[in-house]
Amino acid sequence: MSGDGQPRSHWFDDEAGPVVRPYAMTRGRTSHAAQHRLDLIAVVLTEAHADDPEADHTLSPEHVDIVELCRGTPQSVAELAAELDLPIGVVRVLIGDLVDEEMVHVTRPVPPAELVDENILRDVINGLRAL
Amino acid sequence: MIFGRSERGKPPVEPVTLKILVAGGFGVGKTTLVGAVSEIKPLRTEELLTEAGRPVDDTTGVEGKNTTTVAMDFGRITLREDLVLYLFGTPGQDRFWFLWDELATGALGAVVLADTRRLEDSFAAVDYFERRSIPFLVGVNCFDGADRYPSQSVRAALDLDPNVPLVLCDARDRESVKDVLIGVVQHAMAYAADRRAAVTT
Repeated sequence: MSGDGQPRSHWFDDEAGPVVRPYAMTRGRTSHAAQHRLDLIAVVLTEAHADDPEADHTLSPEHVDIVELCRGTPQSVAELAAELDLPIGVVRVLIGDLVDEEMVHVTRPVPPAELVDENILRDVINGLRAL
Repeated sequence: MIFGRSERGKPPVEPVTLKILVAGGFGVGKTTLVGAVSEIKPLRTEELLTEAGRPVDDTTGVEGKNTTTVAMDFGRITLREDLVLYLFGTPGQDRFWFLWDELATGALGAVVLADTRRLEDSFAAVDYFERRSIPFLVGVNCFDGADRYPSQSVRAALDLDPNVPLVLCDARDRESVKDVLIGVVQHAMAYAADRRAAVTT
């Protein structure tokens, strides 16, 4: 409570620091509208032609970070969030922006129920055995 | 990430990614299990939820609302350059079912890790996967000092469907955890085959 007895806005609580900043990055926007929420294991890869993200002044440092992390090396949404220490919701919005700018593309995971090839599951078992 | 590093002129390999969930009560050993097989030290990722358990990935109206950060630990196993398995620990707080739904969507299957001292902590997870028809097995975490109970009594205590595999495991032991994960995938294959058979007969 502040001195005058009014409840302090959650926004100004010290503990809300990390809460405020990531959402300030996404500038009050919603997660990509019609788009079904990006899976944690969706894979993001930077487009070959996305040469100079810093030249695009609409991109935040965090956008640029994602472009650079995913350049040449596919990254999952979860790993990007962990690496950048951002909430997943924020990372989803940032990735959505980059998809719109055609700087990255996203490969959504195939639900196992739709895996036509059961051999993939056998490959998983063999891969686990070989660990 | 280890995989997919492109050689000059070659496009990077985009892997098929799969996930297996590791569920169970608070402190049961989920992150330990993940760490036993993960090629990376388990990472933590967070999602911001409102008290009602809705995700905050729109930024309108966050101000003034109470939010909770829910953490999920995960690990990764690169089985092949083009095949990567992620293991996600479910959030400690059972009540954030929205997050469970998100994790469970498209999951290959799940392990419910059970502690015989607090078997009831596993009820919610068992219930959840049964309701969602997600193939899962129960791993009874055996460690020094834990009582050993016959499988049948654990099955009865959990009211497990007879088709659900129950195995003993040690979440700290790599070989044991490998066996558990193999068991999940085998069960998932059998489960899918059963469902296909049921549809066609």
